[in-house]
Amino acid sequence: MSLRKFTRRAFLVGSAVIAGGVAFGVYTVRRDPENPLAEDLPEGAATFNPWVLIDAQKVTLIAPHADKGQGVMSVQAALLAEEMDLDWGGFEVSFGSPAKAYWNTALGDDSVPFRASDDSRLARVARGGADIAFKLLGMQVTGGSTTVPDSFDKLREAGAMARETLKAAAARRSGLAVADLGTESGAVLLPDGTRIPYTELAAEAAAITPVAAPALRDPSAWRLLGQPMQRLDIVEKSTGTARYGIDLAVEGMVHAAVRLSPHRGVVLSYDDSAARALPYVRQVLQIPGGLAVIADNSWHAMQGAEALEVEWAPAAYPPEQAGHWQRLADSFTEDALDRTWRNDGDVQAALPADAPAAEVLAAEYRSPYVAHAPLEPLSAIVRVDDAGVEIWSGHQMPREVQKAAARATGIEPEQVRFHNHLIGGSFGHRLEPEFISHASAIANQLRGTPVKLIYRREEDFATDFPRHIAMGRGRGAVRDGQVVALDLQIAAPSVTRSQMGRLGIPAAGPDNQIPAGAWNAPYAIPDFRVRAYAAEGLAPVSSWRAVGANGAGFILEGFLDELILQAGADPLAERIRLASDPVARGVLEAVGKMSGWDGVLPKGRGRGVALVESFGVPVAEVVEVTATEGGIRIDKVFVACDVGPVLDPVNFENLVQGGVVFGLGAAMNCEITYAGGAAEQTNFDSHEGMRLYQCPEIHVQSLGQAAKIRGIGEPPVPPTAPALANAIFAATGQRIRELPLYRHIDFA
Amino acid sequence: MSFTVNGALHDPELDPDMPLLWVLREVLGLPGTKYGCGIGACGACTVHLNGEAVRACQVLAGDLDGAEIVTIEGLGTPEAPHPVQAAWIETQVAQCGYCQSGQIMQAAALLAATPAPTDAEIDEAMSGNLCRCGTYPRIRAAIRRAAHTAEG
Repeated sequence: MSLRKFTRRAFLVGSAVIAGGVAFGVYTVRRDPENPLAEDLPEGAATFNPWVLIDAQKVTLIAPHADKGQGVMSVQAALLAEEMDLDWGGFEVSFGSPAKAYWNTALGDDSVPFRASDDSRLARVARGGADIAFKLLGMQVTGGSTTVPDSFDKLREAGAMARETLKAAAARRSGLAVADLGTESGAVLLPDGTRIPYTELAAEAAAITPVAAPALRDPSAWRLLGQPMQRLDIVEKSTGTARYGIDLAVEGMVHAAVRLSPHRGVVLSYDDSAARALPYVRQVLQIPGGLAVIADNSWHAMQGAEALEVEWAPAAYPPEQAGHWQRLADSFTEDALDRTWRNDGDVQAALPADAPAAEVLAAEYRSPYVAHAPLEPLSAIVRVDDAGVEIWSGHQMPREVQKAAARATGIEPEQVRFHNHLIGGSFGHRLEPEFISHASAIANQLRGTPVKLIYRREEDFATDFPRHIAMGRGRGAVRDGQVVALDLQIAAPSVTRSQMGRLGIPAAGPDNQIPAGAWNAPYAIPDFRVRAYAAEGLAPVSSWRAVGANGAGFILEGFLDELILQAGADPLAERIRLASDPVARGVLEAVGKMSGWDGVLPKGRGRGVALVESFGVPVAEVVEVTATEGGIRIDKVFVACDVGPVLDPVNFENLVQGGVVFGLGAAMNCEITYAGGAAEQTNFDSHEGMRLYQCPEIHVQSLGQAAKIRGIGEPPVPPTAPALANAIFAATGQRIRELPLYRHIDFA
Repeated sequence: MSFTVNGALHDPELDPDMPLLWVLREVLGLPGTKYGCGIGACGACTVHLNGEAVRACQVLAGDLDGAEIVTIEGLGTPEAPHPVQAAWIETQVAQCGYCQSGQIMQAAALLAATPAPTDAEIDEAMSGNLCRCGTYPRIRAAIRRAAHTAEG
């Protein structure tokens, strides 16, 4: 791979932009990154843009967004195949190489301090500026439910460009006008019915300048999009033949397991005599933050790792969980104020500090640390030799894989080849590059030998950067049966600063993930204030499916429910009355109809509703529960949302239902608590989630009214916890203000 | 010591304490059976041992003499899927898919013993298999579909 100095220079410029507005050259901004497929392009092969490669044998579509289960390999391929007139499955798909060309064009939308529904000039300028920064940084990232919004136009345009260029090649060969040619099933169609397969045109098309900006097809002409499609990976995933990163093998590899500091610090001392005494342990290596054991297979390496005696430096955060809550409680100060995100009306006048207790409702809410815990443990194969580094794994930020390996080995990022693979779940886990660093540090000590590192499940839990902890304090008032004032304070560590810090990307300014889901609530409460406080000195945290909207959404929607009931109003009707935009009102009304909200439930049963917007998608959910002798049983869940057009209704329903199961499971029983500086939960026996027998009926509807297309991977999660807590209150009269709920009530 | 895996006889030299899971994955080269937790809490490593669904992480190599083991690779293939696998494909159950080998093996054992399971029997049999993506509604539907197909 050739050295690209441009990468480094642009990165520095990009950092400065993110850090605070340094001028940059228009040329640098306008220039599109080079097409990685054009490097080492074989003779006779054609590439028209970074997503399409055609040679004499096959059509290869590049799907640079990582597939961790959300089905985006198929969706990306469908966007390209739609415009290219390829038959479904009549092509190969590759995750491609890490490249700046795959920067995420939708990331800017949610990284600016404007509500998603805000289309003002200022908001658009800010989004444009953020997009430029991400372009210069070359932020190739799968996250923030952005795959569909990032890809929707871009990949269809790439497909149309390929189609028109192939037609131009066929026109040149046949002497016919391009206007007389059509395309069908991976071939250009001549007026006399002759078909010229794209593969036959590759060499000629390669010599033509790609046709720029052809018109996109009207959705009414779509063959693939909008219809149920068979996921491209479904047969492999149903027959045990799909290959995840953990399943790969490279000739001559050795197996490694690690013991890493559960305190995120250094090793003070260790005794490896017991590990070395095991007959199959070959080596014990020191790596930054821990130790690695090399053996002939993964299980033996894991046994060796468990046999190590290590004394770890203490954690930089409070060793006991109570200390974490205390830090949050101590963070509601002017000094720690990150930003006042919303200040409608005059909250100070509506809720004076000296107001009589009877006139103001006040409550405190808590949302815990939660582990990502996807089912595939972290793993990577790394080979380091004089030619560079080669890595096989699955990751959401391929270019960060290159940088992490470079830092660990001293080899330039451009000399790191990364092969991305299917990922067995992530929920944000694989945004973090630490496991790549560790595998690279091991392989760097065993140069020439490929090393396969698999984390023990216990290690995966212990070193996870969990969902951030949050504490909320609400004060509010009601009058004449209506909610009239709401003042929310939310304290949490900054997940953005924690995560970006580990990537070496300076992130300045207030973190919109502390109040996400609360500050942008689509409610017109006359006096409404949301203030975010950044708590320092807590455990390092990371993005967990829907990120900040989980904690802040639970705080807002739980406390709002209390206020509505205090007012004597109906939880759904009052939310509809308060709804300030038509899309939010639409999903609330829809979920009311779906759930038969006005129907009376017998004693011991209850319904709860919640509306939380994340990544521009307002999602309303109704949860219906029964208080049984064995505990709470979740009977039914109704979900109404709006992402604009749905590209694959089957995958869409599966993702929404899955998000509901994931969110409810976490709300029921998932938390990470610290004791002695280490996470107490280290396997699925203590951080379980939902089991099949607990799974309710889940009904899903998308309204298709939203103006802008959005992703659905994350937004169904945040409303689950408050809707469930609100339903439990309706069924039992018990108001639970702390997650996970099983601390306060049993589940059947 | 010898045992069969998907009908083929094996008599490798093995550490008797090594779990069947790792024998399958790293000695016999059958990575369709997945490592999820190592403590029998997730079900990702479910295989059939003498016709019963077991957690391969809890079966030791030293106890394998004479055992007949079937893994996801032996249940069916992409070209000739087992009816349960066919139902999984038709229902489009998988998201990340990492748990689905175990889910399918558990469901195949359930349907072999109970061809027309009730909802309660499905819940009972399948609740040891964790799916972090939350595909449970489709798992239930696929089992009903497979039971239905078998009834003909």
